[in-house]
Amino acid sequence: MGESKTGRAHKGLGKLPDRALLLLTALVYMFLYAPILVLVFFSFNSTKNTQVWTGFSLQWYGALLHDQSVLDAFRTSMIVGVTATAISTVIGTFTALALTRHRFRGKTFADSTIYAATVMPEIVVGVSLLVFFVAAGLQLGILTIIIAHVAFCISFVTIVVRARLAGMDRSLEEAAQDLGANPVETFLRVTLPLILPGVMAGALLAFTLSVDDFVITFFVSGVGSSTLPLKIYSMIKFGVSPVINALSTVVLVATMVLILGGSRILIRKENA
Amino acid sequence: MEKGKGGGWSLGLAGLLSPVTLWLGLFFMVPLLLILAYSFGTSGVYGGITLGFNPGNYLKVFDPLYLQIIVRTLVIAVTNTVLCLLLGYPLAYFVTFKGGRRKNLLILMVMIPFWTSLLLRAYAWVVILGGNGIANRVLQFLHITDHPLDLIFTPQAVTMGMVYSYLPFMVLPLYAALEKFDPRLKEAAQDLGASRWHTFWQVTFPLSMPGVIAGSILVFIPSAGEFVIPNLLGGARTVLVGNLIQQQFLQARDWAFGSALAVMLAALLVGAIMFYVRKVGAEKLEGV
Repeated sequence: MGESKTGRAHKGLGKLPDRALLLLTALVYMFLYAPILVLVFFSFNSTKNTQVWTGFSLQWYGALLHDQSVLDAFRTSMIVGVTATAISTVIGTFTALALTRHRFRGKTFADSTIYAATVMPEIVVGVSLLVFFVAAGLQLGILTIIIAHVAFCISFVTIVVRARLAGMDRSLEEAAQDLGANPVETFLRVTLPLILPGVMAGALLAFTLSVDDFVITFFVSGVGSSTLPLKIYSMIKFGVSPVINALSTVVLVATMVLILGGSRILIRKENA
Repeated sequence: MEKGKGGGWSLGLAGLLSPVTLWLGLFFMVPLLLILAYSFGTSGVYGGITLGFNPGNYLKVFDPLYLQIIVRTLVIAVTNTVLCLLLGYPLAYFVTFKGGRRKNLLILMVMIPFWTSLLLRAYAWVVILGGNGIANRVLQFLHITDHPLDLIFTPQAVTMGMVYSYLPFMVLPLYAALEKFDPRLKEAAQDLGASRWHTFWQVTFPLSMPGVIAGSILVFIPSAGEFVIPNLLGGARTVLVGNLIQQQFLQARDWAFGSALAVMLAALLVGAIMFYVRKVGAEKLEGV
């Protein structure tokens, strides 16, 4: 514990504990970022070596564009991501509305189920869905992947939208209703525009989770329905290669853009 | 139900709740109940399953072969949790109390790895720890060793990969707990003559306990079920429960035993959440 070491030293050594804490923090940040940066760095290497720098090249990115199985996996990931995001965003928003605006019997159970779905170990979710799909006679493929992704995205969308709803002033909705708007009109013209940043952030989060998911997808995908993470996994199993570094870099940059975009939407609207 | 709003509201509520009930009911709860049922069944030779009440799948974990895997998993998961706490606490402490204007940026820098793919972050370590990897070249450069060491495919490599992957899961709840901390409490303790060391252990740390427990659960539970990291960094010598479950479903086709292992993992989670609720209180569960 940084503070325990530094706290004792403090008595005789003045500024040292703060410096030690700063140093430790800097080292932990380095630990968090250095491996990713190394990975990105070697995606630009000019030879097949992922360890020794030999010169700059974009050939591995070019190789990605000419690899049909990578492009197929990318297409599958996009279809799954967009579909699962659309469905889970609608369901999650409905759920958030029900949980913030209504009291009903079984609400605690509904709450617990939603939180349980976010913390349940992925491997448990994966194998239980596999067992379920096989028992139901559903062919494993893109459909089962979408169903599974919607199932784990709903909870995250619900939590994000709910946080937005909780901080919302209800007087505008009441005013709309007093002026004769019916519940559907009130929702579409007042509530939805107000919670839209939350809904969009929830959708971005769902899309990121869907595109990044490996474990659950691994269990519910069938032959010929590889998503990008499944493709990356099989490439890693086959052996380390700068093509994987290039593909990883593309996925990392895309994730980062989505997350930064999502947090910007939330922060800007909250400050407005 | 809100009273005095008429029947329309209850219809509206049913409309809002039915999609989630249907989806999570059918594709989350029913599958969990199904593996619970399967865990008491008997696997046939060709992969079929006969339902019944066979506790044998649970008793199998006492088989020394499997017991060894379970013990190894628990040791690695506990080590991972402790290391994440040791590295994550100072970081969360620094960001909260010394972060100043850069606080939001610093916490965003923890969130970015939190949301990036665990698979890619495990791959980064495959490259670094591999035969002629950077780790080995640094060790040789520093003359710690004169020949490449077997760094990958060891329990230490798995622990390393896990600490790297799960550290943000520890930092974020710790930060959430420390953020709520009123710094005047620290000043009060110091005004009353407590040293920094005493202030930390008597005031700051106990008040951050909800974050410590939440973070530990968020790190311990998924690392106990992890199968990607041991698969890529552990190899055949570091099989964990996650790998065992995967093998039962995809190779051995002993779904009854695989289900029993998955049910035990889920039970571990339920136990952890009950512990959290008892220690911290249910109303704070949302902060997790």
